[in-house]
Amino acid sequence: MLNLIKMAFRNLGRHRRRSALSALALAVALSLLLFMAAFFKGEMRSSMEDTLRLSSGHLQVRDVDYDPDKSSVAWQYLIENPSQVAGQVAALGPVKFATPRLFASGIVSVSNDSAGVQIMGVDPASEANASYRDGLVSGEFISADDRNGILIGYPLAESLQLGIGSQLNLLVNTSEGQVDEQNFIVRGIFSTGSSTYDKGLVLLPLAKAQAFSGAGNRASIIFVMLHDREQADSVATAITGADYKVETWLEMNELLVLVNDFSNAYIMILNLIILGVTVTVIVNTMLMAVFERTREIGILSALGMKGRQIITLFLSEAALLALGGVVVGLLAGWALSAYFGSVGIYFGDMGISGMIIADRVYPYLMLEDVINLTVTAFIVTIIASYYPARLASRMEPVEALRAEK
Amino acid sequence: MEVAKVENVSRVYKIGEVETYALRGVNLTILDGEFTALVGPSGSGKTTLLQLIGCLDQPTGGSVWVNGNDVTRLNRNQRADIRKGHIGFIFQFFALIPTLTAYENVEMPLLLNGHSAKDRHERVMELLEAVDLLDRAKNRPDQMSGGQQQRVAIARALAPKPALILADEPTANLDSANGEQVMEIMTRINKETGVTFVFATHDPRVIKYARRVVTLRDGGIVENGAGQAK
Repeated sequence: MLNLIKMAFRNLGRHRRRSALSALALAVALSLLLFMAAFFKGEMRSSMEDTLRLSSGHLQVRDVDYDPDKSSVAWQYLIENPSQVAGQVAALGPVKFATPRLFASGIVSVSNDSAGVQIMGVDPASEANASYRDGLVSGEFISADDRNGILIGYPLAESLQLGIGSQLNLLVNTSEGQVDEQNFIVRGIFSTGSSTYDKGLVLLPLAKAQAFSGAGNRASIIFVMLHDREQADSVATAITGADYKVETWLEMNELLVLVNDFSNAYIMILNLIILGVTVTVIVNTMLMAVFERTREIGILSALGMKGRQIITLFLSEAALLALGGVVVGLLAGWALSAYFGSVGIYFGDMGISGMIIADRVYPYLMLEDVINLTVTAFIVTIIASYYPARLASRMEPVEALRAEK
Repeated sequence: MEVAKVENVSRVYKIGEVETYALRGVNLTILDGEFTALVGPSGSGKTTLLQLIGCLDQPTGGSVWVNGNDVTRLNRNQRADIRKGHIGFIFQFFALIPTLTAYENVEMPLLLNGHSAKDRHERVMELLEAVDLLDRAKNRPDQMSGGQQQRVAIARALAPKPALILADEPTANLDSANGEQVMEIMTRINKETGVTFVFATHDPRVIKYARRVVTLRDGGIVENGAGQAK
């Protein structure tokens, strides 16, 4: 066996450039596959994390009639005494934190420019605001008793040419179906990493948002984060109340989960296409080797080499080619993913309704993908090379010996 | 003792609707230790007869016996076993494996026969010495002359200690001096070890070395010199 491998290695050396190119084809394919898997994984991972962290949380407690798409602040759709409800939810063991949030539709206007926004009233002291607090590009976070301070997203600030201390006018749909307006001063400008999300959101202290919109001591949702999101169902069951409904992150992000599943299927199809093309290159190389070495196969056969030994010889060549390609591809794919995983790939504003997509995608290579793709690439190459190997083994010695050298 | 025997063997090649007889009802017995030349013009059936005796091809009719086995009844793998253990080949075009050194080429049949590393080394060195190529052990075929390559091929054919060595025009691609040298080596080995040689040729300078001459024409034996056992 060892000698067959030695022979196989030397056979590959006969046409170094051709062998190298074949291995390179596999290397390029594998590195692209790894990078692609890392890219999608990074994208879906950050999208899911951002959506949970910024928008949906792991759980939301709402009034049974509340429609999150309408952001209505009519009293019948809101939770009364939200801080008390949040406190009860936060007392559950698996809950990391629970905080009330009030959503209202509004329009920001400065001079002749205006933009539709969602007003989010938050408890400034809550840990849930860490993403906005840590994402402050300039200025400071709003305080609970701030009566005219507002936080705005960086893209909104840019488009309306607002800076810290700038004044803006905010229009809000009130709980009575009227419109109210007030001037606010920009206290801080935040960036969560997703331009689409940031350009349509302004933050007010919860008390101010309640007073401004006429919601009173009410909130749209209780935003809940858990220590482990897999416990969402059990925690949801534990939260009882006839007037409330509890939605888990899976229920709230059906589109995201669907896109995630779809991207997995999409990657699998792409993998098959790329591997298929690559394997064709390798099979072609092996077939050329078989046809070029027909006489040699005849000689080996004349010496008494059996069909399965000839198959082993050619499969050893394929395995060595595959090994070379896989090792180089693995290193290149890892290096690509690691580099772009640290600097990110800028895509800018890629807003899709129902998903938060960061402006910069950071590929994330999972060990599972590395193992799956590497082993698949190797095995598929060997399986595909069986055809040329078998072709060689079935040659009649006398016919093979007659072949042109 | 019979090393090989062909009985009423015919070989027909069919190309389209046309049937060509390479051999017609040939009978031949090769005895242990013979040094036999198959002679005849091109197309007379010499190579076909060697291929049938060498289990490289199957006859259309008749039977071929090697070392007491009717090889026409054997499958591919069994015929490969017969070739591996009982028959050595020397081809006109040397037929060395280009990626292997002289040493490794000679070692190949021993590897296929499952000899130990120590046995292989001893046997290969002994054979390279016998064909006067010890200094070329590490050379690959493209680093050797035609004569040297053919001597490596002789050493390789002898490696598994076969009962029979078949040589198809072994000197056809060599100049006179190298051709003579190859024939002298074959003759010497035949005398020293008693291994049976059957070679096809139409070169009168080669025929003179034979102790038995079998003449073929148009697929049949026209003159069958008596076999000489050792």
